[in-house]
Amino acid sequence: MSVIVILIFFSVLVAGGFLLAFLWAVRSGQYEDKYTPSVRILFDNDEEKKK
Amino acid sequence: MQISEVVNLKEGTLCYHCGDICKSLDIQSGAKIFCCTGCKTVYEILHENNMCRYYDLDETPGISQKKLDSALSSRYSYLDDPNIIRQLINFTDGNISICNFVIPQVHCLSCIWLLEKLHKLNKGIIHSEINFLQKNLNIKFKPSEVSLREIVELLVSVGYEPQISLNDIENKVKYHSNKSLYYKIGVAGFCFGNIMLLSFPEYLAPIGSLEYSFKQFFGLLNLLLGAPVLFYSAIDYFKSAWSGIKQRSINIDFPIVLGLVVLFARSAFEIITNTGVGFIDSMTGLIFFLLIGKIFQSKTYDALNFDRNYKSYFPISVTVKNKDGETSIPVSNLENGNRILIRNNELIPADAILFNGIADIDYSFVTGESIPVRKVAGEIIYAGGRQCGSVIELEVLRTVSQSYLTQLWNKDAFIKKDEDKFNSIVNIVGKYFTGVILLVAAAAFMYWYPTSLRTAINAFTAVLIIACPCGIALTSPFALGNAIRILGRYKFYAKNTGVIERLSKIDTIVFDKTGTITQTGEANVTFNGSIFNNYELKLVKSLVRNSTHPLSGRIYDAIDTKEFFEVKSYKELSGKGIEAFIDGVNIKLGSALFAADNNKVLLNKGKNISKPDTRVFLSINGSIKGFFAINNIYRTGLDDMTSALKENYELIVTSGDNDGEKENLTKYFGNSNRILFNQSPQDKLEYVKKLQGSGNKVLMIGDGLNDAGALKQSDVGIAISEDITNFSPACDAIFDASEFSNLNKIIGFAKTTKKIIIISFIISIIYNIIGVTMAFQSEISPLLAAILMPASSITVVLFTVLSTNLMARKEGL
Repeated sequence: MSVIVILIFFSVLVAGGFLLAFLWAVRSGQYEDKYTPSVRILFDNDEEKKK
Repeated sequence: MQISEVVNLKEGTLCYHCGDICKSLDIQSGAKIFCCTGCKTVYEILHENNMCRYYDLDETPGISQKKLDSALSSRYSYLDDPNIIRQLINFTDGNISICNFVIPQVHCLSCIWLLEKLHKLNKGIIHSEINFLQKNLNIKFKPSEVSLREIVELLVSVGYEPQISLNDIENKVKYHSNKSLYYKIGVAGFCFGNIMLLSFPEYLAPIGSLEYSFKQFFGLLNLLLGAPVLFYSAIDYFKSAWSGIKQRSINIDFPIVLGLVVLFARSAFEIITNTGVGFIDSMTGLIFFLLIGKIFQSKTYDALNFDRNYKSYFPISVTVKNKDGETSIPVSNLENGNRILIRNNELIPADAILFNGIADIDYSFVTGESIPVRKVAGEIIYAGGRQCGSVIELEVLRTVSQSYLTQLWNKDAFIKKDEDKFNSIVNIVGKYFTGVILLVAAAAFMYWYPTSLRTAINAFTAVLIIACPCGIALTSPFALGNAIRILGRYKFYAKNTGVIERLSKIDTIVFDKTGTITQTGEANVTFNGSIFNNYELKLVKSLVRNSTHPLSGRIYDAIDTKEFFEVKSYKELSGKGIEAFIDGVNIKLGSALFAADNNKVLLNKGKNISKPDTRVFLSINGSIKGFFAINNIYRTGLDDMTSALKENYELIVTSGDNDGEKENLTKYFGNSNRILFNQSPQDKLEYVKKLQGSGNKVLMIGDGLNDAGALKQSDVGIAISEDITNFSPACDAIFDASEFSNLNKIIGFAKTTKKIIIISFIISIIYNIIGVTMAFQSEISPLLAAILMPASSITVVLFTVLSTNLMARKEGL
């Protein structure tokens, strides 16, 4: 049964990884503008490609 | 005879750029029709640069260029001043600079597309990025290739004039960022999730069956994960409770913190001594829910600014005349005795004496009176006025911070007390709640003490834990947060949730007149007098075309003709009127005295009606033809709204104007004693104060700087705005003028929201009574706590959100 201890250790580690990813996302400003990027991604870049 | 406002030539001809109705088909470029040359210019710039995709993304995305001044050449010269550049730029290393502008006109996909393609219009711009919700444009550029002034002029040329004001310079564009709240939620969510996982065996396994070693291991892990939640994620509750205690008042956060601390302490004791598994799961869950409530409540309208003071209205720089010629200096550097030049449509930044030129000062910012006041050399002109007409030269009398308007602004009364926090309904409940809970807990302790000390302590802590007022604490954020969103859909933008709560207590409503209950910039022009033909209409229109006076402008707009005659020997006499020879006819327009040429007989003829409106008299070849009556137009729906409001609230009108409209207003508002005229900004403030002094809760509705004092003094100040991105004075809420007639529904909904909150409190207290009764009698099991506490929270959240939505629909919002 002590294998559970190892499993729990890894599960917390993986979840901790996601927590760090979330904190990084907040820190890098991804939560500051929740609207514009959704629009920006829809503009195609064909004009740039022509050059 | 009535001259209609707009009769267009071909209905449905819309400007290709901005979508306004074109008054003529003359302005064309490449088969596209525009409403004004400004719009055409923007189109041509974009066309040249092969950027017409702008017009494909959204229909008629452009911003109307009609209102812009064409004489822009020197307007941004202050942006060459290294001092101002330094203040505007966020970062520079010599090669690359970064700056931010607020661009209120941003409204659609095309705007985003164009503003992020600025590098195609000017090679010096490296990158530009817009934050749509905050309407904030971030530009990275090479200062060696393009100057700040060129960037601003480029933005203006494509129709996106950045908003640069003294206020922005002094305290840079600030971001409202709630990063730290996101961090806290992240940590709380992570710990809560893991703790639930570790606690599940305890819920499911019959007591005692779990292996002994695992039980303690899981418990210790829970404790370890719970600590950061309590000491980091919940830190704001500790701070708030402590600041409450320091001010000798107990707020709702106090019993929450008490509950959390007792939860943690008792859990830690049980786990370490291995006598139980504790309640860490309930604790972290509770904190997680509370933080979600906080996020929900923190709905803000980023693009709107509720805290504008006079500085936002003032220009950044002003042209100063000295020995060397003219230079542009920052307004804050103005000194007494400086000679300044003010051009058409510029704002006077400091109290000054008129030195040279003819001043027609439009004080609508300060007083609400929209008709300019004529000043002659030697007179004092107060800050805040806007010059209409030619260039004037002024000598500064007092610096900006000492000016009359500024002084008014800095009054103590305007610093709004932070009462919200302590007077809100939830904190009043919290105060009594804490007392009752402490009494019950003490009673439980005393009751069990004779049995055993241990049981007594258990009962005492159990009461505090189970009574933790999470339901109550969650009610307000969710009810008010949802109310803010619902009202936002009706273009009522509240500054924060406290506004909704204060709005529900209102019993008196004070309206400003000009621009609030009347439509800004629009007037009903009617002609009264002897027959008036098309030919004469053309004469009048040709005449008023030459004048910059606002009344001339209104008459010009009202006459629908495109042909003009040549105007000869045009004369404009200050305070009297205008005259000229047109097509061989002598035509005069102005005051009765002026038009009648001082002829008493004619004068009496024109004067025989009482004067409720503004009149401009017309005489052709020496005989009075009649007059143009210019009336305010009241907002549509005013009638229904006032009759609905009259029943429940006291309605008052304060106006900076004269009493010309008294009769009309009495029709809408009834009691004429409650309609005050000739009110200075100070009078309005004092009046609101007086009303509050006699115990009234006052809602002030205004639109300009002249109401700013009263807006701040009142319990709730609402600024009415035709275009919410425009300037509006400091206020608690901004309300779009197009929805003005819904005001009674909005106040009604605020009151309903308050009732919902009270019902929700009762539900939550019932849960607490059940829980506390159980806790009093015996020990509570972790499972019971883990079910009861979230259940009460979820009930409360569902109830408030669903019922606010339901009631909004029911009340026709």
